[in-house]
Amino acid sequence: MRTIVILAIVAAFFTALIFGGNYALRLATIFAMYATLALSWNIIGGLAGYPSFATAAFFGLGTYASAILQSSGMPMLLAWPLGGLTAAVFAAVIGLAILHLKGHYFAIANLALVEVLRELVNINDRLTGGGMGLNLPVTQGGVTQQAVYFLAAMLALAVITLLSAAAVHRGKLGFALRCIQQNEDAAVMLGVNARLYKAAAFTLSAVFPGMAGGIYASWVHYIDPSDVFDILLSVKPLVMVLVGGLGTLFGPVIGAAVFLALEEAVWRSFLTVHAAVLGALIVALILFLPHGLMSINRRRLGAGRT
Amino acid sequence: MIYLQVLANGLVLGGLYAAIAVGFSLVWGVLNVINLLHGSFIILGAYVAFFAHAFYGVHPFLSAPLAGLLLFAIGYSLQGAVINRVIRAPVLMTLTLTFGLDLLLNNAMLLLFKADYRKVVLDPPLGSIVLGPIVLPLDRIAVMILALLMTYGLYRLLRDSKLGRAIIAIRMDREAAALMGVDVMRMQAMTFAIGAFMAGAAGSLLSIIYPISPLNSITFLGKAFVICVIGGLGSVGGAIVGGIALGLIESLTALWFGQEYAVPISFALLVAFLAVRPTGLLGRRGYE
Amino acid sequence: MSALLEIDRVSRSFKGLRAIDDVSLKINAGEIVGLIGPNGAGKTTLVNLVTGMYPATVGHVRFNGQDITRLAPNRIAKLGIARTFQVVQPFPRMSVGDNIAAGALFAGGSGSLADARRRAMELAQQVSIADLFDQPAETLTLARRKRLELAKSLAMSPKILFLDEVNAGLNHVEIDDALRLIGRISQSGITIVVIEHVMKVVLSISTRLVVLHHGQLIADGLPEVVVRDGRVAEAYLGKRYVEASRGAPA
Repeated sequence: MRTIVILAIVAAFFTALIFGGNYALRLATIFAMYATLALSWNIIGGLAGYPSFATAAFFGLGTYASAILQSSGMPMLLAWPLGGLTAAVFAAVIGLAILHLKGHYFAIANLALVEVLRELVNINDRLTGGGMGLNLPVTQGGVTQQAVYFLAAMLALAVITLLSAAAVHRGKLGFALRCIQQNEDAAVMLGVNARLYKAAAFTLSAVFPGMAGGIYASWVHYIDPSDVFDILLSVKPLVMVLVGGLGTLFGPVIGAAVFLALEEAVWRSFLTVHAAVLGALIVALILFLPHGLMSINRRRLGAGRT
Repeated sequence: MIYLQVLANGLVLGGLYAAIAVGFSLVWGVLNVINLLHGSFIILGAYVAFFAHAFYGVHPFLSAPLAGLLLFAIGYSLQGAVINRVIRAPVLMTLTLTFGLDLLLNNAMLLLFKADYRKVVLDPPLGSIVLGPIVLPLDRIAVMILALLMTYGLYRLLRDSKLGRAIIAIRMDREAAALMGVDVMRMQAMTFAIGAFMAGAAGSLLSIIYPISPLNSITFLGKAFVICVIGGLGSVGGAIVGGIALGLIESLTALWFGQEYAVPISFALLVAFLAVRPTGLLGRRGYE
Repeated sequence: MSALLEIDRVSRSFKGLRAIDDVSLKINAGEIVGLIGPNGAGKTTLVNLVTGMYPATVGHVRFNGQDITRLAPNRIAKLGIARTFQVVQPFPRMSVGDNIAAGALFAGGSGSLADARRRAMELAQQVSIADLFDQPAETLTLARRKRLELAKSLAMSPKILFLDEVNAGLNHVEIDDALRLIGRISQSGITIVVIEHVMKVVLSISTRLVVLHHGQLIADGLPEVVVRDGRVAEAYLGKRYVEASRGAPA
């Protein structure tokens, strides 16, 4: 069943690209970005079970690091990975302070980080432009040419993220994270270096959103703090993974597709209430489908397969 | 001597802050639910006061119990209909749920009341009193006193009433409380409702100090977080200590670094506390 | 010959309560040590200390000469100290096979997940739960969970194994099976410390008996000798009973 869904998404994706024009290109780019964010979050939130709300912090850091570097003349293709690196270093350092926290406390620490970073960026306006935002150097090429270029970039990032996530899921790190999620104390007694593995997961959950932020900044040519350090950017990937299936490999991708489809539909029909509709969707998801869309499937096929 | 003024400012604010946070702390400490709607509840209470004042000339201090009751009803129904279902669920679920609910409520308020900032302007204004080198606006002092009274009221309720004892029992051990005959479901709804009451009433009080808009709800939610973590969860004492601490932190930060640093520094302290002393100054252990 | 594990004047307090009080103990390779004592004597606390769950407040723990007093639990596990838990601690939603493989992969020296799973199958067969290899651990009955717990700790390739109340909740037949299993484990070269309540069980397999009471070590020696020690009887039965039974005719 899952393979059918994935193939359907891929097919829809390429159809839209061929026939959809610039609008479809834009949508596809956002899908690639969402998939990247969701896949990354899944590593710390889904596999390790640590409810991270820091995605917005990592994304925002990536946008600003990359934008500031580009303002000093650095080419995009170099600035983007450095944006990712900035986010990763931040995650590694902050992880030392907060990864020993559990549950609510961990979540709050994350939320607070996003707020602190946003305000710090706002305040240091000489470097970051503050509340006025930052403009990025204009890219060459016509509208469609640029659209294709950035889609390719985001898509490449999404594929890299997916491959990395696959490596994690199938390898020792993923195995360790699953143990940590199900019984961290027992895992440690069994020889799992939980501190190290959690830090690795947290850092991995930061590097790709950081790069996505870099690409995003170049794509939209203008960033400001409330735009990129937005809590919604932390919550949406989470919801996408919940929709698609927590802790699974392709769940985040499926969830990103479904979520984007819903979001676009809602934006176009209910502009003034789109936040409320999103809220209602989240509530409905948590109350009725906490295991994501894949669980409808299982119920219909009959319970029994875990 | 400017320090005395700053200190006084901080303390006065602290009383109000305690009232803002105590309901949040109660819900978190007893139900293990972080109510992300808390900020919106406060704003809703503020709107009740604003409209009561604008249309009927009712003083916000009088609207406070009214706002409280309205929020109590909303809280009680919300808990029964929605929140009860996720009480035992992992943190991820409860946080995301209340986040979604808050999106709904906030958007509804934006539609109903628009994003414009409103302020209750008292006519005639209350003026200030001068105590030696310190100048204190009377409206803030009045708010502080009322806020502290409200908080004290909650304290007595928790300590002395049957309802209060039941709630504390649930906080200590839900299963044992159930075995002792406590109607856990109803008490949980009551706890959430009381938390909402405090938020609504506090919102009314602060309508004469802060400008009100649905865009503001996150500000108060953030303050509630900081107060609970720094002060300690689940106890009135923790909310008071945390409230005063935050009041002082904000005043001192404004003095030393500038007003715009107040929020980021208080959040940075939040993270620092979480890193080294998550149970807060008063040290009572909240839920993880 | 130096001891495999040396507990040297170790104490541990919890908020003023002395759970372990100046305990010294040397365990040699190849022994099967029975660790007994009334409830609350500190037996599990001692195991927690040795395996690194929390450090001793005073004293040192040495393993093969190396000071492990402040080492993190996962490193102690890798050095070769394993334990089972009184209340079993599986990874509930992972399969039996993966549960055991975890031990092999993270402490037992298996180089890859595939190797670890192979080793897990061997061990599952040894403890007779191979037929449940792909079942989620949470579906197992208590007796089987205990065997899973045992297999996990064996997968860690330990040099010394602490068995904390492996027999709690088992019936006579299951206990006999467990004892035979422990015997085989000892023969394979692993030093064992058995924490037990049931005297008959611990007496039948131990080469040495150590008794804890109120966090203190009150007896240490051959089982036949320790059992007749007056202080041990007092610890279990109380002073008055022992004095009364001494006064009564034989």
